[in-house]
Amino acid sequence: MNEKVVLEHDDLKRTLRRIAHEIAEGNPDSERLAVVGIHTRGAVLARRLHVFLGELTGSDLPFGDLDISFYRDDVGAKAPASQPVVHSSHIDFDLSERTVVLVDDVLYTGRTVRAAIEALFDYGRPQRVQLAVLCDRGHRELPIRPDYVGKNLPTAREERVNVRLEEIDGTDEVTISEPSTMEVSR
Amino acid sequence: MKHLLSIEQLSREEIEAILDRAESFAEVGRRDIKKVPTLRGRTVVSLFYESSTRTSSSFDLAAKRLSADLVSVKAAGSSVEKGESLKDTIATLSAYDPAAIVIRHPYAGAAQMVAGWTAASVVNAGDGKHEHPSQALLDVYTLRRRLGSLEGVRIWIVGDVLHSRVARSNLIAFAKMGAEVTLCGPPTLIPRGIEALGCDVSYSLDGIEEADVVYALRMQKERMSESFVPSLREYAASFQIDSRRLNPRQLLMHPGPVNRGVELSGEAIDSPQSLIAEQVAAGLVVRMAILYELLAGGDASAPSAEGEGSRPTPIGTPA
Repeated sequence: MNEKVVLEHDDLKRTLRRIAHEIAEGNPDSERLAVVGIHTRGAVLARRLHVFLGELTGSDLPFGDLDISFYRDDVGAKAPASQPVVHSSHIDFDLSERTVVLVDDVLYTGRTVRAAIEALFDYGRPQRVQLAVLCDRGHRELPIRPDYVGKNLPTAREERVNVRLEEIDGTDEVTISEPSTMEVSR
Repeated sequence: MKHLLSIEQLSREEIEAILDRAESFAEVGRRDIKKVPTLRGRTVVSLFYESSTRTSSSFDLAAKRLSADLVSVKAAGSSVEKGESLKDTIATLSAYDPAAIVIRHPYAGAAQMVAGWTAASVVNAGDGKHEHPSQALLDVYTLRRRLGSLEGVRIWIVGDVLHSRVARSNLIAFAKMGAEVTLCGPPTLIPRGIEALGCDVSYSLDGIEEADVVYALRMQKERMSESFVPSLREYAASFQIDSRRLNPRQLLMHPGPVNRGVELSGEAIDSPQSLIAEQVAAGLVVRMAILYELLAGGDASAPSAEGEGSRPTPIGTPA
């Protein structure tokens, strides 16, 4: 399989740091911020962003993660890609009056983000929701736009964007790979 | 998985997958808004030919918490009383194009037959003396939360094993999860040859102190056409689980409803080692996980949403 590295370990760290700066800059009222990651890799990225934001703002912001499997829009329409690992959501703070920054690894059709927003609203009514993604690969199917982007990756639909993170995959990198018949695109 | 008809059909991995899913539904249950949109627009029929509080209410609530539309039919008060056959009733209800039919019936194998008559996924909520798979799953879930694992755990199932579908399903489920099961009761209430399912049998409570978990069964008076025990008092004298026979290290379970003072003493029911209330709470999340697994789960269950109009519409609908 043909795989091209687009972000290496240090790039990824720099990119996240930059996003954290942009979030802090865009939200002068930083004590009202909260960071919520979308399972699985978005939650890991959110945890890292949360650390950077803590350093920048000097406060310990609320942090949570979301599992969106119960909010998918393709339930029953087709067999969802197998979900061997089952996650639970953890949001144990009050969302009202908060600006919630949703974090995901790859922004593609926008359907995951739509599901995440719906899931989030079952926990309360945040004042604002912003979206931070590590990569935006285009091909949106919904009117959703990220507020913070690590890297824009123009891709073909057949290509696959792989985000690997140390906590899960043992290494930090983002790659684009050529289509292979067995792969599920994301 | 298309249907849930028995515990026997499930592998240990499949059981664990359902229980893991139930854990994430437990998280949903701790929120202010305890409902998720997963089964929006789909219909679940619950059809009960026998009385039930826990099973029917928890399946109904599970369907509602998943945003499904629910049609709940009890045999009493329905066209069943006018003599409609099971097959015709299923055809009638299938005309609504349900995604799932949850059925309890007094005859063993009823759910299996229903699965052959409808395009919907069928969940066996108890068929005669045969199986009650959702009960077994919620009991394994309850024990797994308490003990972490059932591997090597010694479980005594005590009481009216003969008439109990819970005993059968639980015996199979506990054994699949690695527990060592002993069935205990008077010889008249233990089916001959049941050791073949991989358990020990004891005709008295002697040795019950070795159990980690004591699972008491209800004396099923409604299924007893002849006398299996001299009297309930005599049964209680020999087999009732009370605080004298239960040591503080042991966990106590019962599928409900309890005959207070027969298979369990009031004291034992209300003791801190009793998991009965936890079992009921587990029933809801495990049944949500079952519906999720069948209707939205990972593998290639045929989408039943497209069967519209393809079923024969029977003459006469319930008044």
